[in-house]
Amino acid sequence: MRASTVQELVIAALLAFLAALWPLVVDIYWLGIGVDVMMYVALATSWVLFSGPTHYISLATAAFFGIGGFLVGSGMSDYEASFWPMAALSACVGAILAALIGLATLRLSGVYFVIFTLGLAEMIRNLVSWIQNNFLGSRGLYVFTDFTDKHLYWMLLGVAVAVYLLGWIISRSRLGFALRIIGGDETVARHVGIDTATVKVILFTTTGFFAALVGAIIAPRWSYIEPNQVFSPQLSFFVVIMALLGGAGRLWGPVVGVIPFLLIWNWVDTNFPNQSILVLGIAFLVIVYFLPHGVVGRLEQLRSWSRSLR
Amino acid sequence: MRHKPQSVLSVQGVTKRFDGLVAVSKMSFHVGAQEMVGVIGPNGSGKTTMMNLISGVYTPNEGRISLHGRQISHLPPQHICREGIGRTFQLVRLLPGLTVLENVKAGAVFGHKRRWGRDADHFALEMLERVGLEGQSHAPISTLTYIDQKRVELARVLAGEPEVLLLDEWLAGLNPTELETGIQLIHDLRDEGRTVVMVEHVMDAIRSLCDRCVVMSSGTKIAEGTPEEVLSDKEVIKAYLGDDNA
Repeated sequence: MRASTVQELVIAALLAFLAALWPLVVDIYWLGIGVDVMMYVALATSWVLFSGPTHYISLATAAFFGIGGFLVGSGMSDYEASFWPMAALSACVGAILAALIGLATLRLSGVYFVIFTLGLAEMIRNLVSWIQNNFLGSRGLYVFTDFTDKHLYWMLLGVAVAVYLLGWIISRSRLGFALRIIGGDETVARHVGIDTATVKVILFTTTGFFAALVGAIIAPRWSYIEPNQVFSPQLSFFVVIMALLGGAGRLWGPVVGVIPFLLIWNWVDTNFPNQSILVLGIAFLVIVYFLPHGVVGRLEQLRSWSRSLR
Repeated sequence: MRHKPQSVLSVQGVTKRFDGLVAVSKMSFHVGAQEMVGVIGPNGSGKTTMMNLISGVYTPNEGRISLHGRQISHLPPQHICREGIGRTFQLVRLLPGLTVLENVKAGAVFGHKRRWGRDADHFALEMLERVGLEGQSHAPISTLTYIDQKRVELARVLAGEPEVLLLDEWLAGLNPTELETGIQLIHDLRDEGRTVVMVEHVMDAIRSLCDRCVVMSSGTKIAEGTPEEVLSDKEVIKAYLGDDNA
């Protein structure tokens, strides 16, 4: 085991411990931001598991996230199910859906994959709305639990830690190596003996599993689930922007991207509510022009630069 | 004879059509154990398509390709690689985000024999030494010269311990000094007793390296034999130089 990777794990554990103390020291407002941050850290880190090494930009996060929220809402209001079984079920449905999308998009690459995942997410949103309006939706979807923001925060932190650990394990495995080769050149990957289809589907399925789980966990916060809201494509774009802003090349990249983005977003949203979407555009420009490899890429550049000075 | 009589790789009546165009038509040839076979022919005669058919990029419309009697022509590239056929590409293909060592390791980890961990690292290093790139294992790919990139690609294929090696114009694009080094490297492979199929345009290399040549023109086999035989064959000269010179 290389010293640097162990060091990385120790730092991550320390940060997770400090993050766990957050709800005990802050007021309601900052706790709310903390929940947002944790939600996006979990989503963006799981997005990076697949899209980081392979460079396949997926805009389907909202589909899985929405499935999570919708199933919890539907199960709890229409079938009197309790929260945990529904959360587990929705994570599994998210995983199955991701596997199906993965199988359907195997032959697509580049921009075709991006458009297809966005289109598919929109289709799922409309399909679920239609089913809800025509067959289920007489009473609306209510999620009432005893959870407060504090509990949601810790649950999301747990998911984020699990995603990070899984990613760390994958990055040290054959599977992780295969992903990096696929990201480099898929033709080479096939010719050195990698079952590229299987590898991609496994990772995409993992991403779907965690996004649906996060959607399920956050559902109690809204109390009332509106399909059009939980399937909002804005969420997919947020996840991509945050992951790229932090840097998709490293597992801890998204953490660095999520926090500044959400702080700026919240500030603009409170002070200039009509201009908030502008932040998204500016963030995108900043990534393209100044941070092609994210904040992490710049940091590593600085580090090697300072090393060469010594 | 250097090679043993039984055939390792056999191509039987293989045809590949792209819509109306017949790129390879009823090709048949065999490659014996430890034999070095050259596939030559003018540009556009279907040599690279033939390589792509063997390595699984394309599936033949007719005919069969088999390795040790097992049919492989319906398999995808990753399975053919694991069956024991390794290839290089006409335009060298490396993984720019990975170090030299990692590029070679890619062959060792997922190839014919699946190594992992230290075993894979050691074996990849061994292969780098084998192609003459010791000491460069942590260099980024972008700093390598063209022949060194070709060496890395060759090391990657060797790291998969293939039973049959396909070299698709491995010597193309090298300058005269590099060419000498390159030919020597393939000569060493020959001395190791490897089974090789090479597509090549460099006639000196073909003369000094190949036991046997298969000549293709317009997708069909027009001659087969030792390099001396085929290079003095009237049909072959006609295919290369046109009717007037025959």
